[in-house]
Amino acid sequence: MTTTYAVLSEGLEKRFGGTHALRGLDLAVARGTVCGLLGPNGAGKTTAVRLLTTLLRPDAGSARIAGHDLVREAAAVRSLIAVTGQYASVDGDLTGRENLRLFARLHRVRGPAARADELLERFGLTGTADRKASACSGGMRRRLDLAASLVRRPEVLFLDEPTTGLDPASRGDIRQAVRELAADGTTVLLTTQYLEEADQLADDIALMDRGRIAHTGSPAELKALIGSYAEAVVAHADALGTAAAVLDRLTGREPAFDRERTAVGVLTTDPTLTLPRLVRELDAAGVPLLDASLRPPTLDDVFLRLTGTRAEAGTGTGAAAGRAAGTTEEHAA
Amino acid sequence: MRALAYDGLALTGRQLRRVRNSPGLAVLTQMMPINMLLFFGYVFGSALAMPGREYRAFLVPGLLAATAAGGLMTGMFQAAADTHRGVSDRLRTLPVSRAAVPLGQAVADLVVTAVGTVPLLLVALAVGWRIEGPAPEAAGAVGLLLLFRFACTCAGVWLGLLTRSEEAAGQLGAASFVLPLLSDAYIPTDHLPGWLRTLAEWNPISAVTTALRDLFGNAPVPRGAAWPVAHPVAGSLGWSLVLIAVFLPLAVRRHSRGE
Repeated sequence: MTTTYAVLSEGLEKRFGGTHALRGLDLAVARGTVCGLLGPNGAGKTTAVRLLTTLLRPDAGSARIAGHDLVREAAAVRSLIAVTGQYASVDGDLTGRENLRLFARLHRVRGPAARADELLERFGLTGTADRKASACSGGMRRRLDLAASLVRRPEVLFLDEPTTGLDPASRGDIRQAVRELAADGTTVLLTTQYLEEADQLADDIALMDRGRIAHTGSPAELKALIGSYAEAVVAHADALGTAAAVLDRLTGREPAFDRERTAVGVLTTDPTLTLPRLVRELDAAGVPLLDASLRPPTLDDVFLRLTGTRAEAGTGTGAAAGRAAGTTEEHAA
Repeated sequence: MRALAYDGLALTGRQLRRVRNSPGLAVLTQMMPINMLLFFGYVFGSALAMPGREYRAFLVPGLLAATAAGGLMTGMFQAAADTHRGVSDRLRTLPVSRAAVPLGQAVADLVVTAVGTVPLLLVALAVGWRIEGPAPEAAGAVGLLLLFRFACTCAGVWLGLLTRSEEAAGQLGAASFVLPLLSDAYIPTDHLPGWLRTLAEWNPISAVTTALRDLFGNAPVPRGAAWPVAHPVAGSLGWSLVLIAVFLPLAVRRHSRGE
């Protein structure tokens, strides 16, 4: 069957008691693309994935996965998808090899033992194949989870926060695997609270906020929409006001202060504002400038701009750790 | 139907491998009735009017029935663990027959129980218990016991899927320890006050215990007991089938809906 969209949902709603977790999810993921569902904790990402993978029934709305109706053709949907997430896990009491063989059997793969060995090899798990999954490191376990999703090549692969809680090296492994899958033509829907992860992996990003998609676009489109972030770091706090006035005059927008770093910055879409001009104007105003930059916005800026809330809002340590790790990676790169 | 058998077999294999990989809990579970046989049989047995050997022969069918009722606890714990750890959800996203997961668990449990009961029977023989009835009746007793275990496991799986938490399942499991105390598994019920006797005799464990004592030829069916105990084989079959008819569909439904 040829359909343009691997995932197409309209008005999906889900309530848990008094909580309206999804308030009309409209999502379209083109076949063969990677879609990043990005949002803070509580935005409804996991609920969205649980609905789209038949784990929960929607209260309202409809969706088609790989051309099949989510509710009426749930069995067909299940034979075409695979899910890896923090909640949908391999069996910790079985070894890696036993897990993969079991899932291969349940997927009616011919030669489940050979398929298991192949996947163990591909994901670098051969050495720990006969250890109980619960005794494996987080990174290995996540790779095993992903391998278990690939015993038979899925049309649509759902990854719910596939790298949360992993060290940077393991995170890199998982991301590389996702890139390879996407290159093979598998449609991937991944949720993440790591802004730079969606930026790196996704063809399209859907920003989720309070149970709805707040905005959709490619990373580049979203960034173009927001513009660049102009920032000045000054020698002492007394100069912040002057610097802010300059930025305000140049961009017509009210700058935001970062007093800890004695910095002030503002988002701008003005193409005539270049770094030399920024430096000249600040210097001309007598600002004791330590550093000036005009950088592409982070997806954090994007999120702040489009939803009016910080991506970290309510996410606690997870997002903070993610950002810290992301920064480390940027330095490494 | 073929799909169910295939998936069920694969999932039964999964549960058996789990027990093989982490045998600790299964071994402890099976050692429990052996300890109780020695403790009750010699400590309580010496305080009862019944002679010690006679009490131990009386006790063994009760322990077998109580062990079978332990399927409630084991079933609950495993199902809660699977739900809690996300294995149930993983299975639910696969094109697997819905009934195969609870059924696979219950069938694997039967295999583990059948093997795990052998040491208990050996100790029972060592302390003086014997099969005193004809062989076909003894075989019937084993069949009845396994059927009852299966029924209790089904109820346990449903409860486990309901609680979703290993801790809660552990607490409830510990509480289920009192169920055999309120039956004729460890003591004859004819000295209990009227209402308590009625309660104990309508406990499914009593019917199964009495059926085992009857079929193994260990003790006669008590006179003047409530219907399930007075007709212990029919009573045991009836209880088991009712439990299966109620809890197996509930467990399957709960597993497939997942909320």
